[in-house]
Amino acid sequence: MAETIVRKSTYVIVWAVLMCLTGLTAGVSLINLGQWSTVVAICIAVAKASLVVLFFMHLLYEKQKIIWVWAVVSAFWLIILLILTMNDYVTRGFLRVPGK
Amino acid sequence: MSESSQASAFDIREALDRHSLHEQYAELDQQRESAKLGMWVFLATEVMFFGGMITGYLVYRNAYPAAFQAGSVHMLFLAGTLNTAVLISASLFIAFAVHAAQEGDRKLLIWCLGIAMFLGFCFLAIKGYEYYEHWVEHKVPGPTFQWDGPEPRHAQLFFVLYFALTGFHALHMLIGVSLLAVIITFAARGRYTPEYHNPVENVALYWHFVDIVWIFLYPMLYLIGHKHT
Repeated sequence: MAETIVRKSTYVIVWAVLMCLTGLTAGVSLINLGQWSTVVAICIAVAKASLVVLFFMHLLYEKQKIIWVWAVVSAFWLIILLILTMNDYVTRGFLRVPGK
Repeated sequence: MSESSQASAFDIREALDRHSLHEQYAELDQQRESAKLGMWVFLATEVMFFGGMITGYLVYRNAYPAAFQAGSVHMLFLAGTLNTAVLISASLFIAFAVHAAQEGDRKLLIWCLGIAMFLGFCFLAIKGYEYYEHWVEHKVPGPTFQWDGPEPRHAQLFFVLYFALTGFHALHMLIGVSLLAVIITFAARGRYTPEYHNPVENVALYWHFVDIVWIFLYPMLYLIGHKHT
């Protein structure tokens, strides 16, 4: 099983998009969008991270399925950690339990 | 012993000498795939390592949003943005380095690794300058911490998380540039060929991962306060 050699021009395009997204997220942070600021920042960060994983880390060209499993699983565990923890902290005030 | 098995024994010994094929592997492809899988498993543990601190950050940002926004205003916005660009550019040269290793271009490999290493030091220098500014402004948590606004304890918590997250990230960068120094030394000795360059690939994977960590730290720490200025 030979390695896939990614073209240099692909790397340069991915780099240019990453730089534009960095400028975009920095620019958007200067505008007050209220709660949407966080949503936009997270979406741009996830998009940038995906580009790095897929192209720079060669996941898109990966022939071993087990590597895909580990990449997806590490994101999945992280989401479990974040979502289930915040599910607790964010909703604690909802019931207005006396003494809380 | 038949003639063909003698020939294959010779082939294997030659492969061992030329390409650092370890004896537990049948062939170089299998060795490379194992090495790469091992790196991805290690990176999954690194996701958990940073994930724990990011969870801590989220819990306290949710609890004290105003103090965290006020703390973020003290971040050096330009330095952080510049550092993001520096890291992404370093990743580009690391990607070029892997390309050069695959093509067997040793000179280009060493140049790309060298440029990436230089950019890594630039990142650390800018980070060091930021830490110096925070120290001068009495924003380092501890007895010397000073805060003029409301909620000084909660603002201090933001700086605790800032120094923990960026400090561990900087430690990873330090390990990254050290690994690059090792890789450059071996590359100069001609150790890497188009058939065998696992260390180059795995260091590249590590470097890109550290880049991804920064991609998340940058908006979390630098960008949450600016909408109020």
